[in-house]
This record gives sequence, structure tokens and C-alpha cells, in this order.
Amino acid sequence: MAPHRELGLTDDEFELIKQKMGREPNAVELAMFSLLWSEHCAYKHSKKLLATLPTEGPRVVMGPGENAGAVDIGNGHSIAFKVESHNHPSAVEPFQGAATGVGGILRDVIALGARPIAILDSLRFGELDSERTRYLVDGVVGGIGHYGNSMGIATVGGEIYFEPPYEQNCLVNAMCVGIARTDGMVRAAASGTGNKVVLFGAKTGRDGIGGASVLASAELDEGDSGKRPTVQIGDPFEESKLLECCQELLAADLLVSLQDLGAAGLTSSAGEMASAGGTGMDIDVGLVPLREADMEPFEIMVSESQERMLAVVEPSKVGQVLAVCTKWQTDSAMIGEVTDSGDFRILKGGETVGQIAVDALVDGCPLYDLEPEEPAEWIYGNRVTLREGADASEITLSLLSASSIASKRWAYEQYDTMVGSRTVHRAGAADAAVLNIPESDRAIAISIDGNGRRVACSPHEGTIEATLECAANLACVGAEPLGVTNCLNFGNPEKPTVAWQLSQSVAGLGEACEGLGLPVVGGNVSLYNETPQGPIYPTPVIGMVGELPDIDCCGGEVWRDGDWVALLGPFNPSLAGSELEKARGQLGNGLPPVAIPDVKAAIESVREAVSSGLIRTVSDVSDGGIATLVAEMASGSGIGCDLNLEPVLVQRECSPEDALFGEGPGGFILAGDRQSIERLGGEGVQIDLLGRVSGNEIWVNAGDQKVDILVAEARAAFDSLEARIEA
Amino acid sequence: MNWGVLQFPGSCDERDALNACRVADRSSGGTSRLVWHEETDLSGLDGIVVPGGFSYGDYLRAGAIARFAPAMEAVADFAAAGRPVLGICNGFQVLCESGLLPGALLTNEGMRFICRQGDLVAGESDSPFLSEMSPGEVISVPFKHQSGRFFAPPEMLERIEANGQVAFRYAEDQNPNGSLGDIAGVTNEAGNVLGLMPHPEHAVEAFAGSTDGLKIFRGPAGVAA
Repeated sequence: MAPHRELGLTDDEFELIKQKMGREPNAVELAMFSLLWSEHCAYKHSKKLLATLPTEGPRVVMGPGENAGAVDIGNGHSIAFKVESHNHPSAVEPFQGAATGVGGILRDVIALGARPIAILDSLRFGELDSERTRYLVDGVVGGIGHYGNSMGIATVGGEIYFEPPYEQNCLVNAMCVGIARTDGMVRAAASGTGNKVVLFGAKTGRDGIGGASVLASAELDEGDSGKRPTVQIGDPFEESKLLECCQELLAADLLVSLQDLGAAGLTSSAGEMASAGGTGMDIDVGLVPLREADMEPFEIMVSESQERMLAVVEPSKVGQVLAVCTKWQTDSAMIGEVTDSGDFRILKGGETVGQIAVDALVDGCPLYDLEPEEPAEWIYGNRVTLREGADASEITLSLLSASSIASKRWAYEQYDTMVGSRTVHRAGAADAAVLNIPESDRAIAISIDGNGRRVACSPHEGTIEATLECAANLACVGAEPLGVTNCLNFGNPEKPTVAWQLSQSVAGLGEACEGLGLPVVGGNVSLYNETPQGPIYPTPVIGMVGELPDIDCCGGEVWRDGDWVALLGPFNPSLAGSELEKARGQLGNGLPPVAIPDVKAAIESVREAVSSGLIRTVSDVSDGGIATLVAEMASGSGIGCDLNLEPVLVQRECSPEDALFGEGPGGFILAGDRQSIERLGGEGVQIDLLGRVSGNEIWVNAGDQKVDILVAEARAAFDSLEARIEA
Repeated sequence: MNWGVLQFPGSCDERDALNACRVADRSSGGTSRLVWHEETDLSGLDGIVVPGGFSYGDYLRAGAIARFAPAMEAVADFAAAGRPVLGICNGFQVLCESGLLPGALLTNEGMRFICRQGDLVAGESDSPFLSEMSPGEVISVPFKHQSGRFFAPPEMLERIEANGQVAFRYAEDQNPNGSLGDIAGVTNEAGNVLGLMPHPEHAVEAFAGSTDGLKIFRGPAGVAA
């Protein structure tokens, strides 16, 4: 095979490279092109779509194009955040793949000059009855915990879904949130001809060579255990020192700009710094501290060794920078300088071994139009797991124990949720994580969500729902959203069905963000999540950060004996795409259309009720519908309820089964005193009183159907996941 | 009370511990400070916290490298002078490795990191750290560690028990790691050095769900006053 094809470049792309260079690239140059022109680095199938998203807002401090996005939270401080995938490395080597995924997203936030304060994870696996899934879950959760715990950064939330299309290609998306003084934040653009380039952190080795091109930008197949050498090995101790070192360098104002080394290593970091600054750059690979002495120049340029950062430094400050690195026991070396040539020049001991125009390398990759085509039928198959003829009680227990719904305590108890002394709610105790921010005299809330199954049913409506779900989660703790990040996990975009899913989904994301008035401040795209068995469910993972004025007024899921229970919002329950439809093996295309303004009004009403202290107990209706949610709330509170969904049947014109188990956006279950709840109803938002909290049984009547289970039964079902993972 | 909180490369909970020292004694004006692992001058400090985290990446064995830090020599002298030293989690491991506390901490029985809120029962101890609690009192603090299984050979264990050196036990059915005798924390014979696996520094503000940890941080000052 021709060398360029082996590296993942098409013949046309190779011709374009020759044309731009006016000659054949040498081996070093070809290796660099192959990485920066990969899907992973160049976003060549997604960039045009992403350009349609709203990115501006009064609170935006940094938007797309920087290492992470950031929003202003007052008193001179900003919150930086971003979500990123590490799917293929985790599918090949789950522990290290997930660990380095966390390490990578932390460095993105560190590179802005922020101190990471929270990690959230969005994970997707195949069904738990598969041995491979249990192996992946164990490794991924262990790897996330290992890295975050060792770094002393709290893992405060996340979600895990189990669905057959992720069986071979699991998804590991990690989100990091950090805090920075706004005036101390730093950009990645190189500037100042003659300024020096300093590489610091871990030594450069042969790990992760070709990770971005060979592993991240191609479909997975059977022989991929052979790609394990392309997965990097993480060392959180090294990164912990690197974090403190960066904080000290920035506090002393020693850096002009800062960039982390991630996918495509030095090539991408140095190239992007030069591109953003409109400069050239010389890098001497002979000056790079190496783990293995005999590395080739191309290997040094593309190595994805972890825990490294690149800084541009004024010549007079280089000595001080190296001294701070020494204090933190981390390697550092001056490896090059900023030039005005517009070229990225690679030297070895003063001799040029590669020279590429920065704009050709970083911005020269052709962008492709998608060729979308809507699939005529449901392409993902169906499995029946629910007994035919099961009554409402049996269905409720079955849904509570469904792997995607049941408590994820097994996973989150492996994460340090409280280091940093900011965590207000314990993981699993509320819809969104809440962190205290005394620097700005307020708290922030963070949510991450993306139900791939519903997006598969309708990429457009499903993505709108995922975005609204995040905003709803924030509202449940009383928080107002400030900004959005996202990670778009899809199959092979060169295939028409996936192209359709991707374009529909991005359109939905844009509409939802416009509707909520929210900017998208950053994101990541992960394509080619596909195996010979087909593509994954299209999975846009939405991360949202909001603020709340008072941590004492912050909602939770625990209700109290005698509380009244009500349904609030324009919720129009439907079994389409629901957990029940999945269990019955009846999934198909299509979801009901979403009226964004109506849902937004309900979200605002809930937020106002919680942040004013009127309502303390609220959760939004999602997977498994109302019956599943109230059973969860009852089991978490240790008290049952006696509810009648008659008003739902009448007001919302749905069947008993829809009312019990139907899903969709815009529904909230509230509990509290009757006067408070009724006061909410007067504001143009639909509200139905359903009954009261009492006893040790969960009774939910809906027409001719009735859920009648013990709180203890519900709890046992909800807590059943651990036994199945450890099986 | 002026606390010094050690900071090793790889420490994680040092800022939390410093915060706890300041919350416990708001009147002193926040003169508690971090102590870099190469510092040897502890003058002006009334107590030392060896904080949680993964000092030196926990390479070799948790706490095994940190015990050789220059600051730890100063801490040994500080402890020998009868002044209060508190080791939390990794700090407990470091103090055991240093020989300032008896016993050792092994990998959790379940082989996994665990993190959950739990209850501790105060022992019959004369330690200044327990002066704000009565024996048998239950406090709620987070448990979070990977290597927290307390172990001591039988003779040593017997001596620890007999001397009243068991400062805290996990409440009934809450032992998260397989520790011998449900032991969560021990003191030296003199009582001025306390090590415990659970994290009182994460239970000092109401939003975290419990403020019981303050009692431990306020103990030595109560005795001094």
C-alpha cells in the first residue's frame, strides 16, 4: 500500500499536499500531514456543520477554537469547560484509554490557565449480559477513578447507558470544569518573533504513535487488539505536578501562551499555536527530552506521550520557567522559537528535516460536504427482554432494574466526589452536580446528557431533547444555564445514513441552543464509531454549566411524608423510543416533535420555584417515565406514595400505559406543600396534582392499570446493577 | 491555632485540610499555611496536618517515599516534643511508614477505591484530638481511599487496644475496607499524633452534609485553652 494510504490519507488529499508543497513530502512531513489532516484533528466532515451553531453570548469569555470554552461567573472569575471523547482507545484498552481520556481533557482546561475542579463522564457500553461489556465497564470506571482520584479532582457526575450498538465500540466522553481568574487566562496563539518554545512535563516516548489517524479516524474491527501500542499510558502523578507547575508559571506571569499536547502531539500543538498566532515556528527535535534515545524525528513529532505542555516564553524568562519546572520535579527544555517565516520547520541538531507552510498543514485540509440520506427503516435491530403480559407493577420493577436506569452507585463510589471541598450534592443524589464557588459568592451546577437511543429514533428531535434535558437537570437544582459544550459521537460520516444522523443532530442542537438562548462554547467530534456490525447509536453528548445564587436553595430528589406530588410542564408522554419500547423489542424511527418554547417556559418555572426556596424536591421525567421516576424517588426517600394519573390521562389525552411509562421532554415531578405547588400553577404552566407521599408502598393508578409495589422492592430493583456487573 | 499542612508532589487534599484548619478557627485570622515538603523549619506552627492524596504518586507503596521528605524529619521532632500531628488518609499512611504511628494500611479488601459518607465511633482515648468528643460518640465523615485496611500483628494490636490508642472505629456494618477491629484511626502512645483514613477535612461546612469533622480540628486548641 502507498505510504500515504497506510497513514489514512486519500489519493486526492495526497495530490493536494504535493500541490501545496510544490514537491513530494518527505517521511517527516507526510507523517505530520497525515495527523493534522485526519478527521480527528481537521474535523473535515463536521466543520461546516459546526459553523452553524450559535457561539456568542454576553457571558462568553472563550469560545470554540480555544483549548476549552469559558463563561464569566462574576467577581473576576470564569468557569472553563469542555467535553472530549476517548472512545477507540477505551475500546482497545479500557483502563488506560479511559484514564488518558480524563488526563487529556484536564490538560485542555489547565492550558487555559484554569484549575480543574470537577470531572463528569458520559459512558456507553453494550448490554451487561456480555462478558466483553463487563470487562470494558470495569476497566473504564477503574481508569477514570484512577486518574481523577490521583489528581485530586472530584468526579461529580455523569451517566452510563447500556445499549447493544455500543457492544464493540464503547463511548468514553469526559468533561472537565475548571475555575480561573479571568485576567489570568491564557490563549494558545504563539506570538513575538524570537520568543522561545518550551516543552515541559513528561518525556517523549514511542507511545501513542498514530493515535489520531490510525485509531481515532477509522472504523474499529476485529483485529484491533493489535492497535494497543497506539494507546497511550497515563501517569496522573506526572500530571498532578504539571498542573501545579502551570498554575505557578501563570501566577508569576512567565508565559506568553500555553497549549497542551494531545492528539498528534507536538505536530498539532506547535502547528496550532503558530497557526492561531499567524507566525512560523522552528522546533529542534534534538532538544526534546526523550524516553528512548533512538527515536526518529517523525516519531518525536507525532508521539502522543501524555502529560506534556508547550509554552511560548520571552527569552529573558526562560531561566525562571525552567526553574519552576525543576521545583515541581518535571522535565523541561527549550526546544525552538517563534519565527516570522510562516513555516513550521523541523530541525535535528540544526539541520532541517522537514519544512511545511503552517497554513497548509493546519488549515489546508479540504472540508467535505456530507451526502445525507434518511434511512427508510430502523437499522439497529430489537431485542425482547420483557415478559409478554407483564402488568404495570412488573414493568415498573423491570424498568427500575434496567441497566441504563438502575443506580450507578457501583461506579460512582469508585470516584472521589468531594476532593476540593466544593461538592454540594453527593453524586447520584440530584439531577445535576452542584459546586460551591466562594470566589464568586455563588454555586455552579453541571449536567451531562445524551440518550443515543432516542437520537437514533429521531436525530433532530432526540438532540433537542438531550439539550433540553440538560437545562431541565440544571433547573431541578435551581440553576440558570450559561453555556454548552458537546461531544458528537457518530459512525462513519462517509456513509449516507450516518451523514443524515449527523446533520439532523447538529441542526437540532443549534435549534435547541438558539431556543434556550445559550452559546456553544466548545466541543469535540468523534466519528467512525462503527464496526462491521454497524454504527453506534448517534450520540451527541451535551454538557451544560449553569449558576445558582444560593447553595441553600438547591433542589434534590428526597420527598417527605405528607408532601403533595404534582406533574409540571407540557409533558406529552409517548412510548416512542422509550425504555419500555426497548424492553418490548418495538423500537422504530420517529419521535413526537418538541415545542421548545413551551418546554423552556416549564424549565424557567421550575428554576424559579427552586431558587426562590418555594420547592425543594423536584426531578425531571426521563427514562422509564413517571412511574419509574416516582418509584426511584420513593426508594431514595424511603417513603411510598399514593398517586392517581387521571389528570394526565384527561389533560394530555394519553393512554394509561403512556401516562405511566411514556417519555418525552418537558415533564417535572414536584413534591412539597400544596399551597406552594398551586402557586406555581398560576403562571401559565400546566400543573396536575397527582396525590401524596405516604406509607411503604408505591401506588400509581392510571385508568385500568395500577402500579402497586413495596418501597423495599423498588429499592432492591434499583440497586441491582452491582450484582450484574460483578457477575 | 496555627496549623501547617504539608504539601508533597501528588498531595490532593492539602487545600481542603488548610480550609478546614481555617474554618475551625476563624478567629485566628487564617495564619495556617501550607508547608512545602522540603521545608524543615516548623517554628511558629502549633500543629501539623499530613494531608490526603497520592504523595509521589503512591509509587512503591502509599506513603513509602513521602516519609523520606525533609519536612518529615521536622515533623518527627515536632511530634516528639508532644505537639499535635494529624495524618489523614495518605497522611496516616505516611505516619505509619515513618514509625510515628503503629500498624500499616493495606489495599482495601474489595481491591477498589471507595468513596462514601459514613459514621465513625470515637474510642476511649485521651488524645487532644478527641477532647471535643465523648467516648462512643458517632460522627459522620466521608470515607475515601484505596489502601485503608488497617493491619497490625496480634501483639501490636493488643497493645494498641490496651493503651487506648484506637481513636476511631467504623460504625457497625460500615467497615469499608476490612480493617482489623473496624479500626479507622489510631494515635501514638502519647496521644498527640492521630492518623485516620476517613476525611474530617471534608466535613467542616454545612453544604457538604456534615460539620462533624470540625471537632477533630478543634480538639487540640480546646486542650491548649
